[in-house]
Amino acid sequence: MIVAGCDVGSLTSKAVILDDGKILSQAVLASTFNTDESASMVMDRALRAVGLSLQDIGFCVGTGYGRDRIPFVSKAVSEIACHARGAWWLMPSVRTVIDIGGQDCKAIRLDEKGGVVKFFTNDKCAAGTGRFLEVMAKLLGISLDELGRLSSEARSPLSLASTCTVWAQAEVIHHLNEKKPKADIAAAINQAMANRVAILARSVGAQKDVCMTGGVAKNVGVVQALERCLDVNIRRLRVDPQIIGALGAAVFARENVRGGSHAGGRM
Amino acid sequence: MLVAGCDVGSLSAKAVILEDGSILSSQVILARPEPEDSAREVMDAALKAAGITMGDIEHCVGTGYGRHHIPFAHSVESEIACHGRGAQWLLPGVKMVIDIGGQDAKAVRLDDHGNVARYAYNDKCASGTGRFLEVMAGALGVPIEQMGEISGRAKAPVTISNQCVVFAETEIISLINAGKPLADIIAGLHRAMAHRVASLARGIELEQEITMTGGVAKNRGMFSALEEALGVKIREMSAADPQIAGALGAAVIASRRASG
Repeated sequence: MIVAGCDVGSLTSKAVILDDGKILSQAVLASTFNTDESASMVMDRALRAVGLSLQDIGFCVGTGYGRDRIPFVSKAVSEIACHARGAWWLMPSVRTVIDIGGQDCKAIRLDEKGGVVKFFTNDKCAAGTGRFLEVMAKLLGISLDELGRLSSEARSPLSLASTCTVWAQAEVIHHLNEKKPKADIAAAINQAMANRVAILARSVGAQKDVCMTGGVAKNVGVVQALERCLDVNIRRLRVDPQIIGALGAAVFARENVRGGSHAGGRM
Repeated sequence: MLVAGCDVGSLSAKAVILEDGSILSSQVILARPEPEDSAREVMDAALKAAGITMGDIEHCVGTGYGRHHIPFAHSVESEIACHGRGAQWLLPGVKMVIDIGGQDAKAVRLDDHGNVARYAYNDKCASGTGRFLEVMAGALGVPIEQMGEISGRAKAPVTISNQCVVFAETEIISLINAGKPLADIIAGLHRAMAHRVASLARGIELEQEITMTGGVAKNRGMFSALEEALGVKIREMSAADPQIAGALGAAVIASRRASG
């Protein structure tokens, strides 16, 4: 049975196609202003890569902030439940998922069956979300990827006193004016990001195993800073961390079809 | 007797000279990178306007975030105390001062003598400070000093759902793209900011006799949005520029210390 998951986020849309419990195809695209369009485009890309069409999909679960407006899904499930389920499906030992998206951050505690026990979300303040890094990368004139890598080259890492993105921006400008090395500034940025996320992670207990999902999980600098903050080894998932929500949605789709005990959007 | 107060803030510096209990001169300038330079420049301007020299000043109190870098100050006092004292001097009987600066916001409750009874302060988050309006003015391409006037023409103020400056900026860009009138957007921004500042004030319990100080108090739209958010009529500082309230308070404290 072929099933799919589609995650329409604020900045990117993701689709995953599962066939008998294996990832058959996946796609990530920048979201447009139109939810329908974003969903259709990313799903189409994932389908075409394996020569399938929407008719071949037995069940599709939608998630992400645009989940209620995806035309082709049979069911919508919250992002929290999907990230938990996706990470647990890849790594059953995971008990804490830290998901950093473009405009939010979530810390989720899981039970041994991949169900959500407790979670905290920040979508009110840009600090500790992907947006913080985006603002800073733009200020430094480098890409998000470079920002992540650059902190490993820091000789004497700086620090940022402010949490607020706006005030931290002023501090970064000050460091730049003082001709401080970009690597030292990048280290400060990634550390500030980790400090903020760690508060959320600690509030759910941050029990082992801990893994990270979402685009920011690809930022080595933030991951390492967060490992230091939480004093824990963050386990790497074997697929692109950005597709975990869509993967979780596909896992829900599969459970739904099989009528398994996890069927339904419980969370 | 001549005394002075000098308030070196993050964005502007202010100086007030008092002569026997009345304002002889006052000045506001944009802050320089070095607080020493800001302090000298604004005080020189105030002295020049009054036709006197620093030697004529018996006591000068420094305040503001740069207060420890004012070379000619005889003593220093916190901004909280100075704003309270300045407001009470101008508007006797006032019990609460809401000061919105370029990078912070304060709510100060005063006792019957103008002493600080309680205060709340935000300088951690840019939302609810002057910076919020500054960023939004930039995004809208409107000079900040025109925001109040433009918002007066609003017919149906928009609701801004984000509190964070970074997220609210994105939100207003989509409101502009959606074709919302500028006046409605600005009025919505004033409401959002007023809501934020009102929660700060409520945290120390509201008083009925309230005034507003700081540069943002000159924005009519913000002034009435705050009245609406608090459900209280705010007393206007008509006798002096609300931006000089801190420096004025410093000068009032200086006159007490001089006659000490």
